[in-house]
Amino acid sequence: MHLASVAALGRALASREISAVELARLHLSRIQSHPDLNAFLDLRPEVTLAQARAADARIARGEAGPLTGVPIAHKDIFVTRDFCSTAGSRMLRGYMSPFDATVVERLGHAGMVTLGKLNCDEFAMGSSNENSYYGNVLNPWDKAAVPGGSSGGSAAAVAARLTPAATATDTGGSIREPAAFSGITGIKPTYGRASRWGMIAFASSLDQAGVLTRSAEDAALIFNAMLGFDPKDSTSLERPPEDFARELDGGVKGLRVGVPREFFGPGLHADVERAIRAALAELEQLGAQLVEVGLPNAGLGIAVYYVLAPAECSSNLSRFDGVRYGYRAEQYQDLIDMMSRTRAEGFGSETKRRILVGTYVLSHGYYDAYYIKAQQVRRLIARDFEQAFQTCDVIVGPVAPSVAFDLGEKTADPVAMYLSDLYTVPGSLAGLPGMSVPCGFSPSGRPVGLQLMANHFQEAALLRVAHRYQQATDWHQRVPPGFE
Amino acid sequence: MALTLDDVKRIALLSRLSVTDEEAGQVLEQLGGLFTLIEQMRSVDTAGIEPMSHPLGGVQRLREDVVTERDDRAANMRNAPAQQDGLFLVPKVLE
Repeated sequence: MHLASVAALGRALASREISAVELARLHLSRIQSHPDLNAFLDLRPEVTLAQARAADARIARGEAGPLTGVPIAHKDIFVTRDFCSTAGSRMLRGYMSPFDATVVERLGHAGMVTLGKLNCDEFAMGSSNENSYYGNVLNPWDKAAVPGGSSGGSAAAVAARLTPAATATDTGGSIREPAAFSGITGIKPTYGRASRWGMIAFASSLDQAGVLTRSAEDAALIFNAMLGFDPKDSTSLERPPEDFARELDGGVKGLRVGVPREFFGPGLHADVERAIRAALAELEQLGAQLVEVGLPNAGLGIAVYYVLAPAECSSNLSRFDGVRYGYRAEQYQDLIDMMSRTRAEGFGSETKRRILVGTYVLSHGYYDAYYIKAQQVRRLIARDFEQAFQTCDVIVGPVAPSVAFDLGEKTADPVAMYLSDLYTVPGSLAGLPGMSVPCGFSPSGRPVGLQLMANHFQEAALLRVAHRYQQATDWHQRVPPGFE
Repeated sequence: MALTLDDVKRIALLSRLSVTDEEAGQVLEQLGGLFTLIEQMRSVDTAGIEPMSHPLGGVQRLREDVVTERDDRAANMRNAPAQQDGLFLVPKVLE
């Protein structure tokens, strides 16, 4: 049962083949037998089982939906009333939120059962999950490798079949990169589709919630319950409800697949390029037409991102002052000293680095040269995509320049770490929906992810292309050895 | 532009992050690498380009100025590091 898809689990629950309580116990026991992955930060079996009993009662009453009783786990960036919410930070150790994030609430209303909270980089800042105060997460495919980040716990848990699905968030690639490194499916929607209410904020003009699953079909089912307008999020978009699974069986005949030449430059590792080229050939075989497109400013994405994201982070994280909630330093002399020591001790080094950069680029005399300049170049990057989508329906390329790197390989060099997000950041800056689907392995056995991007609001089209590809290939069904 | 140790200390103060001289030195070195990367962006011609603050050009939605949250002092204060009589405690600010 732990290998079954979300869709299949929904059917098994509806036909009473299995109960939500049995399913919850099965997954909790799998989680407990793989503690070395360090994917979970908080488990409360009594909460999980109470939710499962409620789901079973709902099924018995004939009021179940397609997700009722199906387990899920949440990235520890989403606040939850019944589990701790730490954002991977010492600052929020033991924090209990007075409310649930809208995403958590909506999935709860659909009857999904929460298994627990998942490890991540501190405040979602990182590409390897090595910035969590609560320790590294291991990649189930190779325990010497990182699972990707920042949603590393979410990716490892789905890849290891500890949960059929997990929520995640993407600011510059934090869903797509860990999905690629861990050999699973990940999707971030158009900016404004998922509510940011109760998502601990990092960079508010970029942060978007999405999901990690084993297939595009499962992601579509979860999106149906998870996305939608929320008056509590000021950047939430008011759009009519949509069935994200409606196009799944539409195929790719005649689809124009844009291949951005800038994504196949010298930085791309040969083993990744080989798998991506094979996937492009597969799409062509299935009836799609490949067209070369240009994204001339995409290469500036990392530079722009590392001005804008730190600027927004320095502002968002000013709320952590040791007064109202969270960590407070033990020793201090006065109020300012209390705040400065609390923040120095409560935040990890990457978070502090970004706060400093952000404060600098927003400070008097530098604001126009850095912050405004970055916002202008952001528009140039977004325009490149607008142009490209005149001649293609989706853009396809690599998610990351390499497969998962070794634990510790990039921790001493922040800039090398930032470059892991070279191909994911441009789409984030433009607010586009993006996906990663498994498309092969390196000779060392580490997974490769294929990135799919579409124009704003074209999630259903992305999911259709991914679904067609997954019907023709079995990369997404591969299970890491030892987790079958 | 070259960042100096004094710049790092000044922004640390503005950020309310206490740093030792040694930490400030390390940060200076790491930020040097990052700013080399960021400089790439500064050579781009952006004359006449409108800065982009929202990826879909959205306008902040306004709502009626009415109370929408219920008052739940106990739940909201549950995580306070120091409190007394329903108030947050901080070091004395005025003598």
